[in-house]
Amino acid sequence: MTATVGQQAQAAARANDVWKVYGSGEAQVIALRGVSAEFERGRFTAIMGPSGSGKSTLMHCLAGLDSVTRGTVQIGETTVTGLGDAGLTKLRRDKVGFIFQQFNLLPTLTAKENILLPLSIAGRKPDPAWYDTVINTVGLRDRLDHRPAQLSGGQQQRVACARALVSRPEVIFADEPTGNLDSRSGAEVLGFLRNSVREHGQTIVMVTHDPTAAAYADRVVFLADGEIVSELIEPTAETVLDTMKKLDTPAEVGN
Amino acid sequence: MFRATLKSLLARKVRLILSGLAVVLGVMFVSGAFVLTDTLGRSFDSVFADGFSEIDVNVAAKPKVELNEMEGEQTSAPLPAALVDRVKQVPGVASATGIVNADGARVIGSNGKVVSSFGPPQLGENWTGESDLLQLREGRAPQAEDEIVINKSLATTAKVQVGQKVGVLTAFESKKRDFTLVGILGYSGDRDSIGGVNEVFFTTPVAQRLMLGQPDTFSSITVSAADGVSDEKLRDDVARTLGADFDVKTGEQVAADASASLKEGLSFFNKILLGFAAVALLVGTFLILNTFSIIVAQRTRELALMRAIGASGRQIIGSVVLEAIAVGLIASVLGLAAGIGVGALLAFLFGKLAGGLTLAGIGVPAAAVIGSFGVGLVITVVAALLPALRASRIPPIAAMQDVATPDRPLTKITVTGSVVTGIGAVLLFLGLSGNADGQTLPTILGGVLFAFIGVALLTPLISRPVVSLLGAIFSWSVPGKLGRLNSGRNPRRTAITAAALMVGIALVTGVTVILDSAKGSISALAQDTIKAELVIAGVQGGPRPPSFDPGVLDQAKALPGVQLVDGEYGDMARVDGESTWVAASSDVASLRQIFGAKATAGDIDRLGPTQMLASSDTATSRGWSVGSTVNVQLTRGEARTYTVSGIYESSQLTNPVTLPPAAAKDFAIPQPIQGFIQLAPGARVADVQPQVEALLADSPEVSVADRDAFIEQQTSSLDGLLTMIQILLALAIIIAVLGIINTLALSVLERTRELGLLRAIGLRRGQTMGMITVEAVVISVFGALLGVAVGTGLGAAVVEALKDEGITDLILPWGQMGLFLGLAAIIGVVAAVLPAIRAARINVLGAIAHD
Ligand SMILES: Nc1ncnc2c1ncn2[C@@H]1O[C@H](COP(=O)(O)OP(=O)(O)OP(=O)(O)O)[C@@H](O)[C@H]1O
Ligand SMILES: [Mg+2]
Repeated sequence: MTATVGQQAQAAARANDVWKVYGSGEAQVIALRGVSAEFERGRFTAIMGPSGSGKSTLMHCLAGLDSVTRGTVQIGETTVTGLGDAGLTKLRRDKVGFIFQQFNLLPTLTAKENILLPLSIAGRKPDPAWYDTVINTVGLRDRLDHRPAQLSGGQQQRVACARALVSRPEVIFADEPTGNLDSRSGAEVLGFLRNSVREHGQTIVMVTHDPTAAAYADRVVFLADGEIVSELIEPTAETVLDTMKKLDTPAEVGN
Repeated sequence: MFRATLKSLLARKVRLILSGLAVVLGVMFVSGAFVLTDTLGRSFDSVFADGFSEIDVNVAAKPKVELNEMEGEQTSAPLPAALVDRVKQVPGVASATGIVNADGARVIGSNGKVVSSFGPPQLGENWTGESDLLQLREGRAPQAEDEIVINKSLATTAKVQVGQKVGVLTAFESKKRDFTLVGILGYSGDRDSIGGVNEVFFTTPVAQRLMLGQPDTFSSITVSAADGVSDEKLRDDVARTLGADFDVKTGEQVAADASASLKEGLSFFNKILLGFAAVALLVGTFLILNTFSIIVAQRTRELALMRAIGASGRQIIGSVVLEAIAVGLIASVLGLAAGIGVGALLAFLFGKLAGGLTLAGIGVPAAAVIGSFGVGLVITVVAALLPALRASRIPPIAAMQDVATPDRPLTKITVTGSVVTGIGAVLLFLGLSGNADGQTLPTILGGVLFAFIGVALLTPLISRPVVSLLGAIFSWSVPGKLGRLNSGRNPRRTAITAAALMVGIALVTGVTVILDSAKGSISALAQDTIKAELVIAGVQGGPRPPSFDPGVLDQAKALPGVQLVDGEYGDMARVDGESTWVAASSDVASLRQIFGAKATAGDIDRLGPTQMLASSDTATSRGWSVGSTVNVQLTRGEARTYTVSGIYESSQLTNPVTLPPAAAKDFAIPQPIQGFIQLAPGARVADVQPQVEALLADSPEVSVADRDAFIEQQTSSLDGLLTMIQILLALAIIIAVLGIINTLALSVLERTRELGLLRAIGLRRGQTMGMITVEAVVISVFGALLGVAVGTGLGAAVVEALKDEGITDLILPWGQMGLFLGLAAIIGVVAAVLPAIRAARINVLGAIAHD
């Protein structure tokens, strides 16, 4: 099945018939089986699915972190598939932001330095107004000089969000950004991500396990066994949970 | 990016300190060598400038045999006394004084032993009065034949006072002669000696007879210029009057020349020190490479995160290299400073040893600064390059995966290692077999370097079976087993750490194998060939070999129970224009019997006054045969022509050329330096030895020993050399120990979580420490094993190559090798102390929460 919602705007990221095969022979695992999907500009998309269904793999392929076995991936105008290291580096600098589940920050740098790191790596100056906006939105102004070890998990993730936002990438990929957080800090981070989509038109693609987290998104794409099997627009925690249950049952039977 | 690098550098300062320390030690060696030789060089300059400060122009005869610093002290020929009057006639000369000044005046101290200077000359001179430089401190000038004056430091060392009888050996008399000490002198600036030189002043006729061997001669003439005449003009005028047979120089020139020849020796010394510094730095390179590799491995996720947010591969390389530059810079500065300290300390010790050399101020020559920074920076950056390259290849996706970087296969490194080892072996073969087109030494050194790097690359492969075998010894306890597993878990890391230790131990083992084999071969040869039961010889302390009264030879011959006596003289001569060591024998027939020499041509049992013998090797290389005529210029006298009358078979113990006994009077040392005594059948060593000893009462420089003791004494200089090399190589081993500490410390840090877990499930503190110690011991013993193996291989190769030079027996120092392995185990325990304490102190809760 192909997700084809949102033809109106141009896609920020797009997967065309993407296959990903790990290993060979006995140990072969097909993580993605011909996934095609579009992620529209200015929208917050969640990717869900049972463990091992290929969520992280899809995200890594979309972000150019991993190569695809077959098919193509595009970010904005750029075709990611086939880019060399220099091209991928440039892509990550200019078009993509990341938020990971853990180990998001360099422990030796302060929060502020972490936030500005992508810009300083690229040798760019931050736009002061945008920087202020980002800092205000994350609400960490008084913690900017602290090191990651001096921040709570939620605060650390917010710093990671700010870092992803500050360079205004085409799309931000987040892999279970709230996986390590309690529900209150998780809500803070998710709310913040949603705001950046609503207020600043940021594009975000987020992998998550948590139906509540998925409910913050504009749209949810469901993966099972390396294929897109379903999708929800304007989801709520309940509709997500329902869909998940439906997906789980045949899978268990299949096993 | 720059900032991120610096920050991460600061955060990991402890880890970098140890690897930096390796560079500091290596650089210290480099700058220390330069500072030491520079300081000594300038000290010599000022000593000689002082010593010749009173001389405007100096006249000396051209030396008959010109020698360089390596071949020995040069002796200039004496000048006729009448020349002084000729010099006085030259317009512009205010005064001209004949000077006797020759090495070989040896004072016998109150303990009956000869006072040695350990290097500086022991001058015997004629008294020409006090001067600005030289004043009597006590007593008066020598006036009678049996009166002398000596300098203060000599009097202090010999423990003699004015008024006492003092025994002196002189250049032409190695039999003690008693003098009355009538005065003690000192030098301007309240100094007791100039550069540790011992001086004995006689009356002029006595000095001429005993120091020059001829009356009415002088060593040199000191000329002072009349007012208004420049030294240079006077020099030219005197030179023109005297003709080309003489060296006429200004005082300044003499000082500069004397200093220059000593400095030639110093620069050789400097090169040796730099060679050892190179070894230390090679080991340091391994250590730095390892540290950076580990740091990069530990920062994998951090570096991957940087890549994920847009850092390019080049920026990652840049950040690692930047770190290396910072470490290299700091280490160079510290190493330079430490080297200045060490150089100053060594110069001070040297000054003390050389009898109070007044040191010039410690200076830092440009070479020390350039060398330190060049070497420190280059080594660090080169060593960091590989890890940097590896860092740049970390894929961004590694930031999201928890898996440690999988163990890369060892195929590539093993193939490279085999190729590099092969290149090393080929170079060694070429160098040792003499097929290196005159580049023998560089080829051999290159071969050794390649062999080391090659073996280091092969080490990961070797480490697997060896480490698990070694570790099996400890596997009876749980901590031991864990330690063993830990040491095998990262073969590359273990390998490089062990390889660093290997280099030092391999060099020590190799040198020991070579020197022991040389010593054993020469001893065996001496045991086989020397048929003298007793040998008269002394232990050489300075540049001049000990000698004795030739009268002893005849007296010994007359002793009951003595059958044959042969006295040996030696000199560095010019033979057909080439510097050649020539010997003279008091009795060639005895020489032949005592050494069982075989004639390959002619007659070697007698020698007429114009005949000479040659060894077969020398005869072949010079194209001589019986009947050839050969031109020989000895240290003294005119050149003479000798006819080759016999050729003997060469061995390690034969002299290239043997001259008749009469030639010895023109040798630099006209006394015998060794005497061989063969007893009559039935005579007992214990009976004869004391009688010979009694004959030597007035020749205190030498003693009589039985053959075994003599051989031991003669080869003991090799032991001294070995000890010195071992001390210098110890630095490389110390650096390797730092490497082990560093690797362990980094591993402990890396395994914080795991250690916490082990502690949480009940591993006691002591057990934790035991585990780390076992890991260290396994690594260091592995390194030592490798070193002993590689060293034995290198040593055996060199010994094989030296077969033709007479090193025929390969002697493996099993005792020493065992010692190295034992030492390595101790090194392991010592290296483990700090990391083990650190591991034992890990806070269990904190470690598990550690991210
Ligand atoms: N490097 C790899 N080598 C081999 N197989 C892999 C690798 N990475 C992932 N896989 C396999 O690919 C499949 C998809 O993995 P993926 O990590 O994308 O799952 P996921 O949906 O993110 O699961 P989770 O919710 O547990 O994170 C799994 O079966 C996994 O075992
Ligand atoms: Mg996942």
